[in-house]
Amino acid sequence: MAEMVKKTVRDKTGFNVVDFLKKHSVTTIFIIICIAGIIIADQPPFFLVSQILERISRNSFLVLALIIPVVAGMGLNFAIIIGAMAGQIAIIVAANFRIAGPAGLLFVMALSVPLAIVFGILVGRLLNKTRGQEMITSMIVGFFANGLYQFVFLFLAGAVIPIAYTQMLIPGGRGIRNTVDLSGLNKVNDFGLTTDGLKYSMDGLWKMGIINILFICALIATIYAIIVFFNQPITRALKLKEDGFLYNIITPDVVYYSKRKQTVKIVFWLVLLIFAYLVEYRGFGPEELKAIRMIKFPLVTGAVIALVALFNNVITSTKIGQDFRTVGHDQHVAKVSGINVERVRVIAIVISMILAAWGQIILLQNVGVLNTYGSHMQIGMFSVAALLVGGASVTKATNKQALLGVLLFHTLFIVSPTAGKNLFGDPQIGEFFRAFVAYGVISLSLGLYAWKRAMSKTEI
Amino acid sequence: MENNQKSSLAEKWGEMTRSASFPRLIITIFFTLICLLAIMQGLPFLPLLSDSLVRFGMNAILVLAMVPAIQCGIGPNFGLPIGILTGLLGTILSFQMGYTGWAGFAMAIVLALPFTIIAGVLYGLMLNRVKGSEMIVSTYTGFSVVSLMSIGWILIPFTDTRMAWPLGRGLRNVISLDDTFGKLLNDALSIKFLRELSTGKIITLFNKTGNYVLNNYSTEQYHTVFSIPTAMLIFVALVCLLVWLFTKSRSGVMLKAAGDNPRFAEASGINVNYYRVVGTAMSTVLGAVGIIVFSQSYGFMQLYQAPLMAAFPAVAAVLIGGATAKRATIIHVIIGAFLFQGLLTIALPVANSILTEGNLSEIIRQVVQNGVILYALTQVGGGN
Repeated sequence: MAEMVKKTVRDKTGFNVVDFLKKHSVTTIFIIICIAGIIIADQPPFFLVSQILERISRNSFLVLALIIPVVAGMGLNFAIIIGAMAGQIAIIVAANFRIAGPAGLLFVMALSVPLAIVFGILVGRLLNKTRGQEMITSMIVGFFANGLYQFVFLFLAGAVIPIAYTQMLIPGGRGIRNTVDLSGLNKVNDFGLTTDGLKYSMDGLWKMGIINILFICALIATIYAIIVFFNQPITRALKLKEDGFLYNIITPDVVYYSKRKQTVKIVFWLVLLIFAYLVEYRGFGPEELKAIRMIKFPLVTGAVIALVALFNNVITSTKIGQDFRTVGHDQHVAKVSGINVERVRVIAIVISMILAAWGQIILLQNVGVLNTYGSHMQIGMFSVAALLVGGASVTKATNKQALLGVLLFHTLFIVSPTAGKNLFGDPQIGEFFRAFVAYGVISLSLGLYAWKRAMSKTEI
Repeated sequence: MENNQKSSLAEKWGEMTRSASFPRLIITIFFTLICLLAIMQGLPFLPLLSDSLVRFGMNAILVLAMVPAIQCGIGPNFGLPIGILTGLLGTILSFQMGYTGWAGFAMAIVLALPFTIIAGVLYGLMLNRVKGSEMIVSTYTGFSVVSLMSIGWILIPFTDTRMAWPLGRGLRNVISLDDTFGKLLNDALSIKFLRELSTGKIITLFNKTGNYVLNNYSTEQYHTVFSIPTAMLIFVALVCLLVWLFTKSRSGVMLKAAGDNPRFAEASGINVNYYRVVGTAMSTVLGAVGIIVFSQSYGFMQLYQAPLMAAFPAVAAVLIGGATAKRATIIHVIIGAFLFQGLLTIALPVANSILTEGNLSEIIRQVVQNGVILYALTQVGGGN
């Protein structure tokens, strides 16, 4: 109750800048580093925007795979690299039987699911035995599984496991090559879609210019904002009459909008709409903007990312989603209220593993080359770092934080080598700096969380 | 009756798999099997054993660094790279100042000490803030410090071309210690048994000076059967003795009490946080000394990303020796370092003779090392 009063008071006094910065310190620092990096690197905007968009379409799915274990109180699931291995195993099987194209992609995604489920159950059980140390366990179990993965594909493949597609094998007939090419030759469209390769089998389905996408999005948003604006009197009337009760039932998730805020929204989207229209259809703006117009974004991949974000949201209102929250909040309370805590935790990890497998498949169809023994290794650390950069913590992570984190983290990734070169004359410094930032963000976030937890324990 | 027996057997099995010495048992069996395989394949067993001894000496102090850390309650020190980096810094400074031989070795340790103690105390103070999550936080702190120091290695303004790239900037990835104290401890007072190939006679060499007597015996005519790196073993024993003496001292007992049961220790007037810092700093110092001994034995310093994963083999070794995340002694270090390093040394030629391609022993290392750490983690978390 006291908390609610506090909240309303703060709302009345308005936006508190210091509080905001304190709360989002990691994200704020990162935004500053990114802006400084962009300025120092001084790369052409076309290059920067196209690289960032490619990396967003490539990595967002994997970062979104981390959210459910966080909700279930299991912290950051570094073991998503095992999910990524499931995806890679499915890709190797598909490459072996020469299954490719969009149908091949569906086959790969389907095949990775049973693998991910089995791996998820095993890892979930292990994490049930190591409560309180889930994150270090998930990290070490990733290393452990990597050893087994190498054993299977370096020593058993070709010798014990028959491989039909011998070009994939190391000369000598034992072990899969370091790199497996996923590109095909039979081109279907201009976006790189082929019938005999997995490369671009999702990205190549449908692409659209990014300014055009902006135009359509702004159009929809404007219309929506206008509808909400004119609906205000109705909802307000209902709110007054029934003391907010009926209003809450009719539109349970819609927050109460103030008229002024809504006007600002309409104006914002309208300006964006006109801007996009002028650039896209009237050729307005400088040369660089026209170049950016040529950048195309894979719509199907974008839709899939949106779907998984939606899934993360929808699941919280289901029974199992409520269980995730309860278990994440307090395992003892959950147990007392009749929830099978162990099972719920295993399910959370299984879902994360399946999403990680799909995420890795989406990443690899974009990259076009499977680095058999390396593609999965960096995934865990990079995804976790991206999520934390977006402002997430060990106990709280949202889709928005994930997507913002991907944007910021990968911006830093693109600019840091060039920035390092411009600043110190050595691109290596930039590379080490970004590794330092990735590790440092994880260590800082985990440390701050543990600090808070230790403080609250001593208070009790 | 029969049923009873079965259940008691199952109980015994359960008890055994849960005990801390279970990994040691498994690894001992595995090690014995590998040794038998090596003998059956006709591999030169004594030289392999001698290599194992050298690698034991190389790694023992890094493994020993886990003891004060575990005893003071922070658990296995996954932040070992911090000590390793300051140790490397000391070695580089000693190199730059032109010290060679024993002076170079001693100065490397002396010059590393101030950095190491400062870093260790800061690291210990940080770990006091994150009680309960020390392992994951220290892992990532270690990682980030390694990356930060990588920038440091580039920016450090040393120009000696034995250390720095002649063109461009920064130190080399691998720096040879041949001119300073490479192999110093390995060779000093070392005893070597050579076999003369033509006659089959065994010659015993005792290296009293720093000079390499072996140069008089060509490898075509003589094979080294066994060698004992006496000085290195003495040094390791000395450091172990120092740590042992510390654990028996008043401070050592209080440190252990603070780690065993912090609440009880606090209640009986022990400053738990202080002893945690002491233990962490000691562990960091041992990490620095450990990497100096390691580098001299290897003959090279490895900079940049090399220390990144260095903590994991050391953690695994002490756990193999029978330690847990809460209890470790010097005996665990000695048994663990020898078993783990011996296993890796002997598994390499055995694996290569079974399968020539690929690196099977590297895979064995990954699975054993991480499997053992995972086992220890299930013992920490355990149940609710």
